[in-house]
Amino acid sequence: MLYREAGEFHTSYVQDGQTFPIRFDRYAYYAVLVIGFLVIPFVINDYWLNAIFLPFLIYAIAALGLNILTGYCGQVSLGTGGFMAVGAYACYKFMTGLDIWLPGENGEWVRYALPPINIFFSVILAGIVTAGVGVLFGLPSLRIKGFYLAVATLAAQFFLVWLFNKWAWAYNYSASGQITAPTRSIFGVEITGPTAQPWAAYLFCAVFVFVLAWLARNLTRGATGRKWMAIRDMDIAAEIIGVNPLAAKLSAFAVSSFFVGIAGALFFSVYLGAVEVTEAFGIQKSFLVLFMIIIGGLGSIFGSFAGAAFLVLMPVFLKNLLVGTLGWPTSLAEHTQFIIVGALIIGFLIAEPHGLAQLWRLTKEKLRLWPFPY
Amino acid sequence: MLDSSEVTVTADGRRIGGVLMDIRNITLRFGGVVAIRDTSFDIREGEIRAIIGPNGAGKSSMLNVISGFYHPQEGEIWFRGEKRPPMKPYQVARQGIARTFQNIALFEGMSVLDNIMTGRLTHMKTGLAAQAIWWGRAEAEEVANREVVERVIDFLEIQHIRKTPVGRLPYGLKKRVELARALAAEPKLLLLDEPMAGMNVEEKEDMSRFILDVNDEFGTTIALIEHDMGVVMDLSDRVVVMDYGKKIGDGTPDEVRNNQDVIDAYLGVAHD
Repeated sequence: MLYREAGEFHTSYVQDGQTFPIRFDRYAYYAVLVIGFLVIPFVINDYWLNAIFLPFLIYAIAALGLNILTGYCGQVSLGTGGFMAVGAYACYKFMTGLDIWLPGENGEWVRYALPPINIFFSVILAGIVTAGVGVLFGLPSLRIKGFYLAVATLAAQFFLVWLFNKWAWAYNYSASGQITAPTRSIFGVEITGPTAQPWAAYLFCAVFVFVLAWLARNLTRGATGRKWMAIRDMDIAAEIIGVNPLAAKLSAFAVSSFFVGIAGALFFSVYLGAVEVTEAFGIQKSFLVLFMIIIGGLGSIFGSFAGAAFLVLMPVFLKNLLVGTLGWPTSLAEHTQFIIVGALIIGFLIAEPHGLAQLWRLTKEKLRLWPFPY
Repeated sequence: MLDSSEVTVTADGRRIGGVLMDIRNITLRFGGVVAIRDTSFDIREGEIRAIIGPNGAGKSSMLNVISGFYHPQEGEIWFRGEKRPPMKPYQVARQGIARTFQNIALFEGMSVLDNIMTGRLTHMKTGLAAQAIWWGRAEAEEVANREVVERVIDFLEIQHIRKTPVGRLPYGLKKRVELARALAAEPKLLLLDEPMAGMNVEEKEDMSRFILDVNDEFGTTIALIEHDMGVVMDLSDRVVVMDYGKKIGDGTPDEVRNNQDVIDAYLGVAHD
């Protein structure tokens, strides 16, 4: 009964085109914002932060990014892990002071270093660097399509991971080959490093999620989004109405990689703190984010969040259920959890191939008529 | 560009101007197959120009040449008094040439409104950053273009399906939405590839009415391919007839109807 559009009259195109045209949706959105920014920061603790909120927020950004490329523009990418690694390493270089080697007067190499950049700007710059790398690997998309493009991006995945393993400059010549986020703060509040408070790390990521989701929504509802979707649905028809396919695809790669790069930067600096590239940004990460958008719903902002929530929360929930409530041994629970999550994914895709977002849309359509569907 | 002395007024009071597009000696080959052979004709501003011919005559190839999908080996295309360099389809679209397809080419995953809004893309100029922030210019541009699109929606009487995903529409409406998308671009030249294929009589009548109205109200120049001779003869001002990649007739419907080559091509010739 609550969920009604009857009695809501939009009298301008601006009103008609808004993100939440139905009042109930709008209030729900405001409620989520209030809880997200005014309640959770005061009650959050270390467990909730590291088990649920940080992974959820960061994967939501990555899923948004991949959804722009795959869900909206129809270009399949298996390079998400590699692009996240670019974001992480770029962020590391910026936050520790980017250094370059130039030949000195006597012919020897001299190291020049920039001062460390504020963590906030480091993350954004990391996104921009990743956008550039994404465009580079997106160039073949004009010629190769579908599965073949997926294979090309797979090459990006393996190349980038190999690069960050071998290229000592990227990890500041550390002996372990790992990168470790030093303590960095904004306005005196520590964001990264071992002593950072949970609420600060949470808020930092939440702000990025909020702003990026808003940008993604604006891009996808306007002319740019229509270009992407036109390319996705029928590239020949898109071209005939004046869409330059290369420009449209590359802009999707750029925006998508920007998001994924920021996700990688946050994943490294705020969430993990120390990263070994093969372990943190391997191919399984690419698949994980791809599963998120498939389960959540391709071509849907809400779907990116739903998919990220599903794949982050489900294992935690199952672990608590099996180990905590039923008292199973940890190793058994862990493997059972794989089986259950896998079965759930298959079940979901059979029941609703368009993902959680479509499920939500159908629920809303039914709710509009409830309780008198005839 | 337009010579006023060339303007003629048709019997029903429409004004037909000078040459909008001049197609000169086009030859298109695919390997050894010659799809179009040394074909020339012109399209005058404000007229409805039909291209007819038996299957495989090269009509669709000709439309694809005009819209930039195929690049002819020989010949020139002059548009609005200028010779056109080889162009990609999206550049052709930006010149003001819109088209529909024989098999509907709509964006199935988008709503009717979004589909028609894509027709406005050539008119939307704000950059990526402005759109991402959705402030000022981007929103104003969106609203201005939405107004144009709403006029087209009113014109084609598809208000009731505005927010429906295109995939759910029946065939006849899809054809109409595709026409709407092409019209939204406010083209100078509109190419219609078999706009009435697969329609029943009633839908054909509707579509014919829309084509005439578009031409009449907006003065849009239209070039169309159609197999229904009744429709072609009723709608068009001038008709080009093609057969085996060659032009075999060109003129008013009456002239074409009495052209011996055309009659032979359609009815066959007795070999005795």
